[in-house]
Amino acid sequence: MQPLRYLIIGNGAAGVTAAETIRQHDPFGDVTIVSAEPYPMYSRPGLAYLFINEIPRRQVFARQPEWYQQMRLNLLFGTAVSLNVDRQEVRLKDGRILPYDRLLIATGARAVPPPYPGADLKGVHYLDTLDGTKALMKQAKRRRRAIVIGGGITALEMTEGLAHHGVDTHYFLRRDRLWGKVFNDTEAKILEERMRHHGVAIHYNTEVAEILGDRRGRVRAVRLKTGEEFKCNIVGVAIGVRPLLDLIQNTPIQTDRAILVDQTMQSNVRGVYAAGDCAQVYDSWTKQHMLDILWPSAVAEGHAAALNMVGEKHEYEKGSPFNACLLFGLHITTMGQINPRRNGDADEAEILQFLSRGSSEVWYTYPRHYASAWSEDGANTVRLVMDGDYLVGALLVGDQSTADPLRYIIENRINFREVHPDFSIGGQALKKNIQQFWIGLNQKQQAVKVSSKQ
Amino acid sequence: MAKESFFRSLFKAPTSDSDRPVLSQDELARLGRVVPDASRCVQCGVCGYNCPVGIPVRDYAHRGLPVDDPTCITCGNCINVCPRGTLRWETQVHSLLVNRFVLEGTGD
Ligand SMILES: Cc1cc2nc3c(=O)[nH]c(=O)nc-3n(C[C@H](O)[C@H](O)[C@H](O)COP(=O)(O)OP(=O)(O)OC[C@H]3O[C@@H](n4cnc5c(N)ncnc54)[C@H](O)[C@@H]3O)c2cc1C
Ligand code: SF4
Ligand code: SF4
Repeated sequence: MQPLRYLIIGNGAAGVTAAETIRQHDPFGDVTIVSAEPYPMYSRPGLAYLFINEIPRRQVFARQPEWYQQMRLNLLFGTAVSLNVDRQEVRLKDGRILPYDRLLIATGARAVPPPYPGADLKGVHYLDTLDGTKALMKQAKRRRRAIVIGGGITALEMTEGLAHHGVDTHYFLRRDRLWGKVFNDTEAKILEERMRHHGVAIHYNTEVAEILGDRRGRVRAVRLKTGEEFKCNIVGVAIGVRPLLDLIQNTPIQTDRAILVDQTMQSNVRGVYAAGDCAQVYDSWTKQHMLDILWPSAVAEGHAAALNMVGEKHEYEKGSPFNACLLFGLHITTMGQINPRRNGDADEAEILQFLSRGSSEVWYTYPRHYASAWSEDGANTVRLVMDGDYLVGALLVGDQSTADPLRYIIENRINFREVHPDFSIGGQALKKNIQQFWIGLNQKQQAVKVSSKQ
Repeated sequence: MAKESFFRSLFKAPTSDSDRPVLSQDELARLGRVVPDASRCVQCGVCGYNCPVGIPVRDYAHRGLPVDDPTCITCGNCINVCPRGTLRWETQVHSLLVNRFVLEGTGD
């Protein structure tokens, strides 16, 4: 029998995990990875740590060229530009044609440019790719003045990095709260204090109308909606990302906000799979196909797609989206449906036009029977979101000691009234109650272990 | 069809070995090791970069394996610097309650 030809477009978390998984299950298959960026796999979230000088450039590479050789994976540098699903082949920009038996589209997402004039000027930067980060670092070394626009983790990481490089950093927000649809007022205030401490100036209710350039095409200022001009040399843009779907234009592959896949990660076209930031996957909490722009989700999806590509029947169940990050020295964990619903909010949370990196559409939704619990102790907070007797989301700032128990309760859909009736009351005892639940679980497991040994 | 969430399979409830002998603090420290929660890791490499003996901690985290390198001097640097809380210290008597971020307090 001829070895199967597996073709993977994308050399990121999803693509590389898939390639590795295929190799583990099919030692003879012919596996090719196509990468538009001329590097071995690097850690995209790691770009933030590169930017802030926590790691040198060589350290951001998560795989070395030898690794691909050892795993017998062909890594091709090139950009895939078109797909013919009838002939089962992909064409690269340089004219090469790659035939396949199984195709995985794992092209990820790319930052969207600002929606106003001036986006092409020199000095408009993104923290999105390795090349982009290099360019941003070069600018930041000149230590002048930057503004950053955008609402999520990437925007915050960009302000942190710029401030760290000694740039006079100004963060412009359209509304009146940091990361408004994820944080509540207190959570936002805690982070705000940290940011000010690190020298970031925050401007609320401030909207840019245009980026202004000098005669040499470099950013010199932005013009605000109020008409006022604000001088700056760098405009950091992190308003969100858009799944990269150019390759599948003019194909019958179905998309919504990204490529729609079933629980085997297959698109509506047989033999064509998708995973990672460019795939929209069924989510059993919201009962919709949802998009995650999260590294662990990309890994899990790449793994599931690969199993099905090699012919092992595997039904992927999307976990509750989870992210742990460190911003301005503050640990923040976000999981599940965590939108701090406010009076006057519509019943259905909106689907954001552009999702920011390190987040999930699920976070911005509410459960059917919304209830929340809250506990705060200085700069340490715990917020729970519940749907009836089930925990569906949690956000922790500072102290992370309840992160694992809460994640366990959410992921395993444990009825929390059985766990602890006092969870929903929140307050000072919340942390202790969660910990007690965890100790109890620990002991139960140990008892099971001991009795099974007897 | 096997129905299983990938991370749920990695992310299990806490376990602890009950049949090991009770050891002194020194011995416990000696026998402890760094263990990852692969579902948190983003492969950024901050851990290995800060390891004084150059252990590729990231590769262990990728495979979800304990850092069983005999050259590990148990300094805990990798745990401290990981921005995702991926790594924790494990000894036989550890409780999950006390280890995540315990070395750095409440994340400052
Ligand atoms: C600054 C920053 C912070 C982040 N923070 C977090 C975080 O806190 N938590 C978290 O979970 N995630 C975070 N992320 C997001 C995370 O990096 C992504 O979700 C993850 O990388 C998605 O993996 P992927 O494989 O789907 O796509 P990618 O990693 O984007 O990989 C896509 C690959 O496809 C290639 N490609 C694209 N188009 C083509 C083409 N036409 N032909 C050939 N190759 C192509 C690209 O070159 C690339 O190799 C962050 C990202 C950034 C940049
Ligand atoms: S520092 Fe943490 S997240 Fe980064 S590679 Fe190491 S274990 Fe993974
Ligand atoms: S504990 Fe210290 S020596 Fe051991 S792997 Fe971590 S950083 Fe390296």
